Amino acid sequence: MTLQHYLVISAILFTLGIFAVLTRRNAISILMGIELILNSCNLNFAAFSRFMTPPEDISGQIIAIFGIVLAAAEAAVFLAIILAIYREFGSIRPNEVDTLKG
Amino acid sequence: MQPLSNIESLLYFIPELLLVIFAIAVILVDLGVKNRESATVAYLSLVGVGCVFAAVLITHAQLGDKTAVSLFLGMIRLDTFSTFFKILLLLATAATILFSLRSEELDARLKGEYYALLLAISLGMFLMASSTNLLMIFISLETVSLTSYILAGFLTHNPRSSEAAFKYITFGAVASGTMLFGLSFLFGMTGTGDLGQISTRLTELLAAGEVYSLAVLIAIIFVLAGVGYKIASVPFHMWSPDVYEGAPIPITAFLSVASKSAGFALFIRFFYSGFSSAEVMQSVDWTLMLAIVSALTMTVGNLAALPQQNVKRLLAYSSIAHGGYLLMGGVLLTSEGIGAILFYLVVYLFMNLGAFYVVVLIANEEGSEMVDGYRGLASRAPLVAGAMAIFLFSLTGIPPFAGFFGKWLLFAAVLEQGYYWLAFVGLLNSVVSLYYYARIVKAMYLEDSDEETTQSSFSTGTFALLSVFVIPTILIGFLNIFYTLSNISVSVIPMQ
Repeated sequence: MTLQHYLVISAILFTLGIFAVLTRRNAISILMGIELILNSCNLNFAAFSRFMTPPEDISGQIIAIFGIVLAAAEAAVFLAIILAIYREFGSIRPNEVDTLKG
Repeated sequence: MQPLSNIESLLYFIPELLLVIFAIAVILVDLGVKNRESATVAYLSLVGVGCVFAAVLITHAQLGDKTAVSLFLGMIRLDTFSTFFKILLLLATAATILFSLRSEELDARLKGEYYALLLAISLGMFLMASSTNLLMIFISLETVSLTSYILAGFLTHNPRSSEAAFKYITFGAVASGTMLFGLSFLFGMTGTGDLGQISTRLTELLAAGEVYSLAVLIAIIFVLAGVGYKIASVPFHMWSPDVYEGAPIPITAFLSVASKSAGFALFIRFFYSGFSSAEVMQSVDWTLMLAIVSALTMTVGNLAALPQQNVKRLLAYSSIAHGGYLLMGGVLLTSEGIGAILFYLVVYLFMNLGAFYVVVLIANEEGSEMVDGYRGLASRAPLVAGAMAIFLFSLTGIPPFAGFFGKWLLFAAVLEQGYYWLAFVGLLNSVVSLYYYARIVKAMYLEDSDEETTQSSFSTGTFALLSVFVIPTILIGFLNIFYTLSNISVSVIPMQ
């Protein structure tokens, strides 16, 4: 496996994430898309850290670990907001949550 | 400059530590407060902001004759630039706490969390203004974002607030994910997370032809998604009208001023310490891209504001437009450009917070955020109407108010660097903006209220707070602080 393999996989993950956010009609699926985006970034950092920096420098992997933690925090807040949305609108479909316009 | 170790850094990190302590104290004290209507926690957090303010000044004095210190092994940096933004952000936080005290929208049961989150968001913004490492940039940005999602959705049992939070987090999470993707490529190309080292490494690599300039440009564009979403620049501005309309008014005021200022701090530090060396500029011309973004941002903001009937939404679009004006200064690689941004941010803080304070007052009084609710305000409450008129004229940029001087400095800096078309677009936009600001003034002064005209009663405290915003809006332009501000900016621009 070379660096290119990892980069191609992470680019595919990133694109899939953006695609999911843009096309999915369910808030949970959108959250999954966002997680894909963040994980593609973590993969990138880990791969760059392995191939582009000296072996004793693990700063890239540290960034990836922080990325995982932040993704978890974001998921927690996102799920709480989805819950609030469900209470108010009785639906978690983004196109039904649409009172603010203009 | 040798970065200080973790233990040595703590001495310079006292303001941030105090913010954490007060945020926790607010939650603990709130547990003990029996009377839900009491404002103890609000006053406690105000005291906290005051202590942090003193700590910021003392910490800065500790610098002595050094221009900057790098803390926590190069993660953050304390310099005049970050101190300037810390003071600005504390002023905005203090104003938001005072607004929240007077606003009638907020749920009395959740006071503890609310004020603790406000202090936490200030902590994130402090870090945003001082980070010099890719990891720290991302963590601070996420701290601010996650907290503001919660605050935007803080009105439980109000569908608009929940919807605002939902749109905010969907948009914000994608934008910050995109930014992280861009940061990962910058890390990969240079093998380091430190902005200063990125600058030197990029210069070497571009000179040796080892990285493609297109790759650097793409990474910069990805990063711009995250920064652009924080400062609400086109095309990452779509969240802001909905969020500003749905969020509680004090939070809207806070987001439009503090969040934008912190975003600009991050933007300036990122681009100026990472990408402003001559070699990088030669192969990756990001300034032209920013000039186009700036022109689009102000045009879109102003044109979309024209038909708005909801004052909060109108001010949201106006704040997008102001982000565009501010970006004009970021296009120029000069200390005058950054000095003009800093000056405009100070002015914008007072006039925009003032305008939002009037919105809070009218929402309490009338229960309405519509332009129609402002009808006949001049006869009901002449002082409030007069203050609002001053804020709106200052936002338009009419002399002799501070907004005029702010815009004048921005335009002067832009013209000096030969961006004539950008200055022209800015000028046209100022004219357009007069239309929608004047509409509110017209409703206040020339139209009569449908209902019986009763004299509104506002307390002395209200007028005192209002004058805190009115007086600077009138006077700042005449103070000679621009020179000081452009000196501050020198501390972020690396010597060339």
